[in-house]
Amino acid sequence: MLGSYPVGGRFGKYGGKFIPETLAPAVEELESAYEKYKNDHDFQKELSYYLTEYAGRPTPLYFAKNLTEHAGGAKIYLKREDLLHGGAHKTNNTLGQALLARKMGKKRIIAETGAGQHGVGTALACAALGLPAEVYMGTKDVERQKLNVFRMQLLGAKVHPVQSGSKTLKDAINEAIRDWIANVKTTYYLIGSVVGPHPYPMMVRDFQSVIGHEIRQQMQEVEGGLPEAVVACVGGGSNAMGSFYPFLDDTDVMLFGVEAGGEGIRTGKHSATLAAGSEGVLHGMFTYLLQDNCGQVIETHSISAGLDYPGVGPEHAMLKDMNRAKYVATTDDEAVQGFLMLSRLEGIIPALEPSHAISYALKLAKKMDKDDVIVVTLSGRGDKDVQVVQDYLDQKSRKKKKHAK
Amino acid sequence: MRNRIAQKFGELARKGEGALVCYVVAGYPDVKTSQKVIDALIKGGADIIEIGIPFSDPIADGPTIQAASNRALKGGVTPEKALQLVRSVRKIHPELPLLAMTYSNILVRPGMQKFMAQAKVSGVDGFILPDMPVEEAGTYLAAASKLGLATVFLASPNTPQGKLKKIIDSTSGFLYLVSVYGITGSRKSFEDYTLKAIKNVKHCVGSTVPVAVGFGISTPAHVQFMIGAGADAVIVGSAIIDRMGKSSGKKMLSGLQQFARLMKKACVK
Repeated sequence: MLGSYPVGGRFGKYGGKFIPETLAPAVEELESAYEKYKNDHDFQKELSYYLTEYAGRPTPLYFAKNLTEHAGGAKIYLKREDLLHGGAHKTNNTLGQALLARKMGKKRIIAETGAGQHGVGTALACAALGLPAEVYMGTKDVERQKLNVFRMQLLGAKVHPVQSGSKTLKDAINEAIRDWIANVKTTYYLIGSVVGPHPYPMMVRDFQSVIGHEIRQQMQEVEGGLPEAVVACVGGGSNAMGSFYPFLDDTDVMLFGVEAGGEGIRTGKHSATLAAGSEGVLHGMFTYLLQDNCGQVIETHSISAGLDYPGVGPEHAMLKDMNRAKYVATTDDEAVQGFLMLSRLEGIIPALEPSHAISYALKLAKKMDKDDVIVVTLSGRGDKDVQVVQDYLDQKSRKKKKHAK
Repeated sequence: MRNRIAQKFGELARKGEGALVCYVVAGYPDVKTSQKVIDALIKGGADIIEIGIPFSDPIADGPTIQAASNRALKGGVTPEKALQLVRSVRKIHPELPLLAMTYSNILVRPGMQKFMAQAKVSGVDGFILPDMPVEEAGTYLAAASKLGLATVFLASPNTPQGKLKKIIDSTSGFLYLVSVYGITGSRKSFEDYTLKAIKNVKHCVGSTVPVAVGFGISTPAHVQFMIGAGADAVIVGSAIIDRMGKSSGKKMLSGLQQFARLMKKACVK
């Protein structure tokens, strides 16, 4: 049974706990707290209350009629995580972990963020549950996701800009881990994706699996069966893992993880870790990484800050090796086309991250029968990306004009 | 096989001295200077040298070592070049205990066995990997034991007794006790819990392996504090690198030699 992983903290050979010794007691404390509360009736009831009454679950499964007609193949449904409070799927996990942290008696929450969605998700969950939050964010991301920085501040979180390394998500995680080492007794590290040492990849997957469970139930209601394919974007991989997990043992359901192909895998400027990476150890886990031959982690590129990460969740690494999920890459250009198309055809402005999934789903739908069904997880809304897309289009048209001259 | 680390600790114990372990980032500011810095530290009194192989994501390191690693990487330092530095240091100092300190991925990427064998041939006596806990160390320990390399594991003030026993069983060369809750980097002072941790760890290891204390140690008073508490060695890293940033050339080298001399003097019980 694929659903029974991790075993001993590992997804096959991936995962583990490659952490400094100072963190070991904290990680063990978390592991036993999570084991205790994950089947605790009162905890689940409280989480379910917040997910429903506060965050707005269940989110709709919307039949994208216009998009389907445009593609001219399989029916495309959108799992509307963009409608979740906070504007992305991240809230599923932040509410779960913040509640757990409160149960554990932790007085201070730290988090990392790339696009800022996890930072916002952390800030709002902590505000609702009365916990102080501090968020690490690379200065490059602070620059390109200003709106989310302001949102975090409005929600009462303190944002720490991170200057080190590539100044993106990877370095924000490094800095959060360093903070955690120094303040290990009082602080809870609220990781935003299915990455890091065990039990994080499992726990974040569990909190995000509400997405896949709802898809199953909603599909039964509207189509009377399971979808032929589930498509989701993969940076660290939390919305994909949450969408895939309840289908892992339904081998008729194809699973597609869409990574950021940036300017194209051949150019080297991308974040397609599973498509182009190799095995290594980063942020406490053994997984696929984008790295050079010596083991130095390399700088990634994506138009979407949320996918700009050189590692990936260890469960995805296992699913790739087993061929249970297929991992593909979509370029910046294709993602922007997906972004524009969904905006125009369906009146939904998606975040750039799931725009990658939309773009791939369109290609996939064309190759499938009209009776087939594809579910795309629309992991977040695109308000934060409007400026980035405008700049991208402006730059492109300037290049075109220059070319024409 | 000759065990340079054990030999050195034996020698110092007979003299009633603690060991001074000095950490240098390979290739900061460049490989040639690293070599001169190591020579100066040894002249000053360093007993053991740790050569840091720079890694892109050093999660256990503070701003000083991060910046030095970054600078080295930008200057084109690879693990291969770091091992070349080891080779030239080994040539001049055949008896020197020499450890490589880096992060797991530097070994994992080329293959644990392969990289460790190269290191051994270059003259490395053992490894220190701050992100390699004993639970994950199966392959690492097997490769090290086959090659006759020491595996220095780290313990922390919050390490529970049961876990500490496992670490003591797996560590060889010495045990690296992290002095504080925190990352590397010079500190002004230490708290009482560091003293308690040293006493506890020394009590648990008995006479099996020496205990070296590191992280934040930057003055002779710190050294006296650690040695006085029972530590067999002190590890000094960021304080050396901080000094390297303040001057250059011969002035920097003689300053480092003088610093090592003062730190070593404080190791004498």
